[in-house]
Amino acid sequence: MTAMTDDTLPVTPRALRDEMIALVVMVALLAIVPWSGIYLFFVMQALCFALLACAFNLLIGYGGLLSFGHAMFLGTAGYVTAHALKVWALPPELGILAGTGAAAALAVITGLVAIRRQGIYFAMITLALSQLLYFVYVQTPFTHGEDGIQGVPQGYLFGVFNLANATILYYVVLTGFLFGFLLIFRTINSPFGEVLKAVRENEPRAISLGYKTDHYKLLAYILSGTLAGLAGSLKVFVAQNASLTDVEVSMSGLIVLMTLVGGLGTVFGPVLGAFVIVAMQQYLAGFGQWVQVIQGGIFVACVLLFRRGVIGELAHLLKRSL
Amino acid sequence: MQALYAQLLVGLINGSFYALLSLGLAVIFGMLNIINFAHGALYMMGAFCAYFLLNLAGIGYWPALIIAPIVVGIFGMVLERTLLQWIAGLDHLYGLLLTFGLALIIQGVFQNFFGSSGLPYAIPDELRGGMNLGFMYLPIYRGWVVVFSLVVCIGTWYLIERTRLGAYLRAATENPTLVRAFGINVPRMITLTYGLGVGLAALAGVLSAPINQVRPLMGENMIIVVFAVVVIGGMGSIMGSIVTGFALGVIEGLTKYFYPEASNTVVFVLMVLVLLVKPTGLTGRAA
Repeated sequence: MTAMTDDTLPVTPRALRDEMIALVVMVALLAIVPWSGIYLFFVMQALCFALLACAFNLLIGYGGLLSFGHAMFLGTAGYVTAHALKVWALPPELGILAGTGAAAALAVITGLVAIRRQGIYFAMITLALSQLLYFVYVQTPFTHGEDGIQGVPQGYLFGVFNLANATILYYVVLTGFLFGFLLIFRTINSPFGEVLKAVRENEPRAISLGYKTDHYKLLAYILSGTLAGLAGSLKVFVAQNASLTDVEVSMSGLIVLMTLVGGLGTVFGPVLGAFVIVAMQQYLAGFGQWVQVIQGGIFVACVLLFRRGVIGELAHLLKRSL
Repeated sequence: MQALYAQLLVGLINGSFYALLSLGLAVIFGMLNIINFAHGALYMMGAFCAYFLLNLAGIGYWPALIIAPIVVGIFGMVLERTLLQWIAGLDHLYGLLLTFGLALIIQGVFQNFFGSSGLPYAIPDELRGGMNLGFMYLPIYRGWVVVFSLVVCIGTWYLIERTRLGAYLRAATENPTLVRAFGINVPRMITLTYGLGVGLAALAGVLSAPINQVRPLMGENMIIVVFAVVVIGGMGSIMGSIVTGFALGVIEGLTKYFYPEASNTVVFVLMVLVLLVKPTGLTGRAA
């Protein structure tokens, strides 16, 4: 049996240096976006999805756990943040905290259930859990059913930064993204991350070495769910709404697709994948259901032809770690 | 009481579909090590196949009951030969992703041509009307679906557990290399197994066409419920899938009567409870 990310290179000082260079380039590029004339709304949306895909990638790429229900964190955090801002009239920072906290709590609860099985069962269980939550949100009144929570006020972050200003909002979203990205980057290069990779490669061996693998998997799951929640909270400020589409199975599939296109188990793959898929959705919006067919086609092509994804293939070609 | 029996019957019918679909999933997983995410889409194709047969070729329900599973089964075997066979030996999760992509393609194409609304499919004349059983009114078609599904399920169980062909199949599930060394064409068996599983899904689709109408997304939610059924029952045993499928359908029906708000979620809640008590699923064997 070949693991999904069996050809990732070992972390060497050189690999770490390559990743740092790529990181600096990425941050520099993202920092100058407001002067480039690129539509800011698009980049902000892509950044939210990039954080979401990175959080998902932490689980599958380094823990070997494929979650097919990550939309539940996106949607839950989105609903809670939107409700906190609109109904409770909380300031943005508390709204983000409430949404991310709700996602963290959800991750603890669902994690205790989901990590009881591995592999294919883990994927099916997370899928079923997110569908359970979907039906809950369809029925509970605070989500406003099919309409969703519309017209969420953006407010002033810390009472100073006006989030209705696109440029300010952009840097806030970028800060949130970088916070999550660096946290994940730090995690996968920490002793904790190394144990996680050991669990992915050979769980019985890790257990025999004395590691409580369930604890590691649960922690990774909670971290992943919480950061996915942060992405969901930030997305509320960009889209100014929270709706059922964020909790749907197709959203979970989209997260998987972004990561797969960019490269499972690569540091920068999910970011690139998110930008590619969000751009594709913008450009193909007029084609109706054909977008879904194209997405399915990309899934099939990725699995059959380039399982390493764009960044993974590039890293393999250059024999570098990216 | 009338309403309770009616919901029980609806539960039994849904249970028949769960049983037919989870049975197919279990058989496919045994041989191909793939969780077939496209199962819901193929179930939908079965219903559409019956619809096309009736409206384009004038072929009625009874021939469709045989033709549709064969046509969709052949389509499945083509998928297996052209796509699925290339990922044999890779991580199971790739199979899930590949078949998820296939489901998106199939459902997307059908949605483009038929939208999201339902197309009617009439109940065949022989099964119209109903019977008064004294305690309830039984629409004949619904009774037929339950009985026929049960017969097909038990037939499949017999085929796999009691015949020589089934013995080859079970042997190939345990150790394909050894079975190949005995001169049995395992790749062909894998293709036929996939065709069989897909055919069962298509059959469920034809059966459901007169009840639930023919819709491009009819399998989308179904497949997730069936996944939960599979997690609850475990994929180790054929009989386990059948029993779990019917039982969960009945429980769902009872929930619709006693606490309708939870009818969509009861299967998932049960899944959580089973995972907390017995993580390997009710029929036991760990994957």
